[in-house]
Amino acid sequence: MRGEKNLQDITTAHPDGIGGSPLRPDGTLKVRGEFAYSSDLWHEDMLWGMALRSPHAHARILSIDTTEALTQPGVYAVMTHEDIPGSKYYGLEIQDQPALAFGKVRYHGEAVAIVAADHPETARRALAKIKVEYEVLPPITTEEHCQNPETYGYVHEPHEYKGHASGNVVHSQKVVSGLGVNDDVRAMADVVVVGEYEVGMQDQAFLGPESGLAVPAEDGGIDLYIATQWLHVDRQQVAPVLGLPENKVRLTLAGVGGAFGGREDLSMQIHACLLAQRTGKPVKIVYSREESFFGHVHRHPAKMRYEHGATRDGKLVYMEARIVLDGGAYASASPAVVGNASSLSVGPYEVPNVNVLAIAYYSNNPSCGAMRGFGAVQACFGYETQLDRLAAELGMDPVELRQLNAVSQGSHLPTGQVIDAPAPVAELLQKVKDLPLPPPLDTEHHLDIRELPGALSNTSHGEGIVRGVGYAVGLKNVGFSEGFDDYSTARVRLEVIGGEPVAMVHTAMAEVGQGGVTVHGQIARTELGVERVTIHPANTEVGSAGSTSASRQTYMTGGAVKLAAEAVRNELFNLGRSRYGWTYNDLSLVGGKVVSASAGVLIPIVDLLGDQAIDLTREHHHRPTVPFDKETGQGFGHVQYTFCAHRAVVDVDVELGLVKVVELAAAQDVGKALNPLSVIGQIQGGSTQGLGLAVMEEIITKDGKVRNPSFTDYLIPTILDTPPQPVEIMELADPNAPYGLRGVGEAPTLSSTPAIVSAIRAATGLALNRVPVRPEHITGT
Amino acid sequence: MRVTFNANGRPVEADDVWEGESLLFMLRERLGLPGSKNACEQGECGSCTVYLDGAPVCSCLVAAGQVQDREVRTVEGLADDENGLDPVQQAFIDAGAVQCGFCTPGLLVQTHDLLEREPQPSDNDIREALSGNLCRCTGYEKIMDAVRLASARKCSGNSSEVSR
Repeated sequence: MRGEKNLQDITTAHPDGIGGSPLRPDGTLKVRGEFAYSSDLWHEDMLWGMALRSPHAHARILSIDTTEALTQPGVYAVMTHEDIPGSKYYGLEIQDQPALAFGKVRYHGEAVAIVAADHPETARRALAKIKVEYEVLPPITTEEHCQNPETYGYVHEPHEYKGHASGNVVHSQKVVSGLGVNDDVRAMADVVVVGEYEVGMQDQAFLGPESGLAVPAEDGGIDLYIATQWLHVDRQQVAPVLGLPENKVRLTLAGVGGAFGGREDLSMQIHACLLAQRTGKPVKIVYSREESFFGHVHRHPAKMRYEHGATRDGKLVYMEARIVLDGGAYASASPAVVGNASSLSVGPYEVPNVNVLAIAYYSNNPSCGAMRGFGAVQACFGYETQLDRLAAELGMDPVELRQLNAVSQGSHLPTGQVIDAPAPVAELLQKVKDLPLPPPLDTEHHLDIRELPGALSNTSHGEGIVRGVGYAVGLKNVGFSEGFDDYSTARVRLEVIGGEPVAMVHTAMAEVGQGGVTVHGQIARTELGVERVTIHPANTEVGSAGSTSASRQTYMTGGAVKLAAEAVRNELFNLGRSRYGWTYNDLSLVGGKVVSASAGVLIPIVDLLGDQAIDLTREHHHRPTVPFDKETGQGFGHVQYTFCAHRAVVDVDVELGLVKVVELAAAQDVGKALNPLSVIGQIQGGSTQGLGLAVMEEIITKDGKVRNPSFTDYLIPTILDTPPQPVEIMELADPNAPYGLRGVGEAPTLSSTPAIVSAIRAATGLALNRVPVRPEHITGT
Repeated sequence: MRVTFNANGRPVEADDVWEGESLLFMLRERLGLPGSKNACEQGECGSCTVYLDGAPVCSCLVAAGQVQDREVRTVEGLADDENGLDPVQQAFIDAGAVQCGFCTPGLLVQTHDLLEREPQPSDNDIREALSGNLCRCTGYEKIMDAVRLASARKCSGNSSEVSR
């Protein structure tokens, strides 16, 4: 028929549905500079909030005098802990963090008082007028200090510890499997390698500073416009401090300039709300970069001891690991990070006998919590370095040794959990190994110093430069673990607007840059066969979407959008069945029409729906998990596993200790690439954060004080530091996951770091047991 | 103080500017031009990059009073009209170079300047030109793709051809 497509044409999958790479719905606004990030918000009569922070890592607060600050013209409020109407504590897992310090300060940069003023400079000057009298205490900063509270003191008073915390221990987890590790087991190994490793404190360094706008509402509540990773859990922590019921605290997601775990904890949320409540005026807080370094938690620095035993032919016999994480002053996500570090400490390898202890301490160092990779990053640097050393001891190729011991579907992990989805670890390694290597450095015929270590600094013209290649692979979980019901909610509405069927997707998912909003549109198009999808602003009017972390949002909220869209589709079919008496059981929605596989096009959605709207909300729960046994670590603790492998090629200037990563190739199994362009972007972005940890990124502390809270002194990779990054994608469906997909965001951050350090070792022959690798580690100066 | 200058082709005026305010703060908080971003405010990240009299500068490092009677062009002034996008803007969207997007405005201005000076830059030219603009999301690969795409389109005179 003229003008009508045949059935085959219209049943072709929508190019902007899942598996396609449609453009971001927020892309145009972002390139025009019109996308409203949390720091861009503005309100009539708005005040600026700012916090006074402790200059000490550990001190008793003897007095706080705000009198003079309050008399400054333009100052509307000065608040301390005494002015808090509700609970004085908050926290992600353990409510141990004061909203404003009282009694003591426990880390450098802890907020002591807050000010609201008519201009940020007025606020800054008012802060300078607040007089705080401190009695400085010796900081508890080392493992030795933390382990011996009787000698060095407690970070919190012993009776104040909450959750599983005791002494100065936030949380610990053992994992024991097989025979454990004892002399008999050790005797079964022909070769043993023991190593001690250290990972520095990495910062998320998202570019959009912590910021938001709190607006007092007529009902006595607060409307908070905020950049966060999880609206509902923010509300859960904010409301009790304000002395308000949760329904009086309404949160709307403002534009988020990156997160990477650093927005999982509260930063300025409570402070802005307290000031808005006190002044009755809208209050905006925007951190400076320096304040940002104090205002969020960081990646746990780790000290690890690993011991591996293997047979002469390379089969792993046992592994023993002790992983010590510095949790800093408050608990944040430390318990869950310990859970990950312990349960994933073995890596993607079959090891019959395992004995692991992971432990996080409280200290007077900066608080540490969630950052991309979450406990698995630290462990990966340990076990992958060990595998390299074992390969050297055995005289084996490091990739072959890994492949020989790699897990696959059906393998038992030391927690007793069986990997019940594809686990192509050996294949991923093979993929990066098989990629062509970049051409060797040709300093005779073609020299562009910008390609050398040192780049634009003109430090070398090719002399003293050695190339190395290294490999690594990692094991990461997806989703929240250990028995947590990590559900997500989505609302989907289908109606006719302007003669077209339009789907609206409403969730509380925090779009932090990862592209979840794009994927939600793709899912709605695929499930509902419509062209037009609008994304409702994320807020607390709809149920929780859980956190944008743990590589979980596409799996969890994507899964919820799928469920809600399917429910809407069924409702629409039921409408047709009741109106037209359809008996088909082969219905689908394609190209804006209801289609029967046997009978062809039945009716356009527009005609079937008419003036009606179908508006349904669904929750998506993943399969249940259980807590790990405290003594043995046994238990079905993780929802899903994900794997990424890297090959790094580096040039090292061995005289100056400078490293240039020449190429960083990755291969990852993503189950199903819902949006291939975004998947590749996630892998390259995650790999680059791993590069940063390998060779430059570290928050330096001395006696608990942060020495480098700026982008001048805390270095993240620039475009000159970052190499071409070929990416190989595998799509082996996970039968338990929506569309078979696998969470993507974190796995590449694990193996990138050890692959790069392995390459530097190959170039230099040095042991390099600590990241980041600094020039002096290479030159020995 | 009062500052009078030209922003994106229009004469503008900001009143009650405190002497210590940056051009970035004045644009964002007083003139309704928040497109230039405040990621570090110490000249390290490039996300506040604007043209000042045709040269890219970090607007966080320029005092507001320094732009009196001068011409400022921000990311909001890159597109020609209401709906159109500059080829550089379109290429960033098409290549997947925008994730959180916070670095994007600065990168767009810097890339715009690069391609004005050098329409067909080598990869090393691109890396050198953009080395002052930090991005934390993308790993820069898609940004490289976007610059190459914008260059190719500008040279072929076709600003919207999607090749990805």
